[in-house]
Amino acid sequence: MWKWLHPYANPEVSYHFAGKILPWLSALTVICLSIGIVWALAFAPADYQQGDSFRIFYIHVPAASLSMGIYFGMAIAAFTSMVWQFKLADASAAAMAPIGAVFTAIALITGAAWGKPMWGTWWIWDARLTSELILLFLYLGIIALHNAFEDKNLAGKAASILTLVGVINLPIIKYSVEWWNTLHQGSTVSKLGRPSMSADMLWPFLFCFLGFALLVGVIICIRFRSEILARNSIRPWVKKLVSAQVPTAQHTPVENK
Amino acid sequence: MNKPIKKINLSYRAVFSLVLKRDLMIAMRHKDDIINPLLFFVIVITLFPLGIGPEAQTLSRIAPGIIWVAALLSTLLSLDRLFKSDHDDGSLEQMLLSPQPVFILVLAKIIAHWLITGLPLILMAPLLAVLLHLNEQSYGALILTLLLGTPVLSLLGAIGVALTVGIKKGGVLLSLLVLPLYIPVLIFATSAIDTAALGLPYNGQLAIIAALFFGSLTLAPFAVGAALKISTN
Repeated sequence: MWKWLHPYANPEVSYHFAGKILPWLSALTVICLSIGIVWALAFAPADYQQGDSFRIFYIHVPAASLSMGIYFGMAIAAFTSMVWQFKLADASAAAMAPIGAVFTAIALITGAAWGKPMWGTWWIWDARLTSELILLFLYLGIIALHNAFEDKNLAGKAASILTLVGVINLPIIKYSVEWWNTLHQGSTVSKLGRPSMSADMLWPFLFCFLGFALLVGVIICIRFRSEILARNSIRPWVKKLVSAQVPTAQHTPVENK
Repeated sequence: MNKPIKKINLSYRAVFSLVLKRDLMIAMRHKDDIINPLLFFVIVITLFPLGIGPEAQTLSRIAPGIIWVAALLSTLLSLDRLFKSDHDDGSLEQMLLSPQPVFILVLAKIIAHWLITGLPLILMAPLLAVLLHLNEQSYGALILTLLLGTPVLSLLGAIGVALTVGIKKGGVLLSLLVLPLYIPVLIFATSAIDTAALGLPYNGQLAIIAALFFGSLTLAPFAVGAALKISTN
């Protein structure tokens, strides 16, 4: 039933597969993001209360939800590598961690930039902000653990365990932070709840969201490919791949003369 | 000629108590390991009034947070001894190679660690609470939250130590990995103490800390075992 999946366990096949889908993904990303961003920043109507500053949400909201989504993607990869001892899953988890950290940081920074004009302060200890900050710490911990090991196979396994421990803890942390927030301070800041968006705001938002999701896919593909190459550098197919490229690189300057 | 190797069948309980006794004995022979984290706990708490000011009102407001944060940090400092020396002299590897289940071995080591570091801390805490003018109604809550909460710190911390024990400079990395996981315990423990100060029931918070305790008691040793297998390779 799952036989069609088996060839992709081979690093070489996966490497070429990722290389094949990369141009399509990149093209889709460019289309979606350029439509979405131009529409959102130039043509979508301004909010009647927040004016133009609400436009940062076209970047903030996709980044925030993707920061969570990437973590769950990592957790799935970690689980796969733990249960089926599937080394490529480690490579994909390693490829995802820095992207997730960057998206979490983007969500935090854009949130702060929005908070300054709206709330009058860069930072409040709001439940969402705090749990996003803790998510950033979890990402940084995973990346640090990954870098601490010399052997990348061991690093992948150790990071997998930490990712799984983190994914169990993430709902607990989120819940406890919300609880802490409601207990320690009154809800002075109204929640951002989901206001019913009008269609001419929703469509550019959907394009932006899809565009950023595809962008994550593109970066994961690129990093996944380089992870595979780094981990399999002694394999013959990698050597062949490199030696096929090196002579042309050496010959081109000669031809130019 | 060849004598048959005598096979010793140990019950799980015997294995557990053997490891527990061994770790406690080692700790009793190196008393520094018990005293130093405790001293650290006391000194950190002494620093806060010096930094913030001696007003009893302020101190009693922030006392629960200070005591708990100091408890987190001193646990973190003491975590290193959980597997480090055993890893260095190779006995950890022998334990993992033995036919006994890793779960039992790891659990015994963690409980020994808690008896050595968590328990003295709990005994010390009321004294420091007096220094910080903690509200009189919250002493019960302080002891109960420490009693339920510090084992969680040892259990979750053990995962971090197990992951970093093979790394040369794992100390700072350990705090990076473990501190975010400690946040729920900190939140619920301090809020239980605050609630007790108001004279309100704090059963809810205690129940959640107990849930965290039992959850980590059953799940953490598995993660520690898996991590130790990676670290010893």
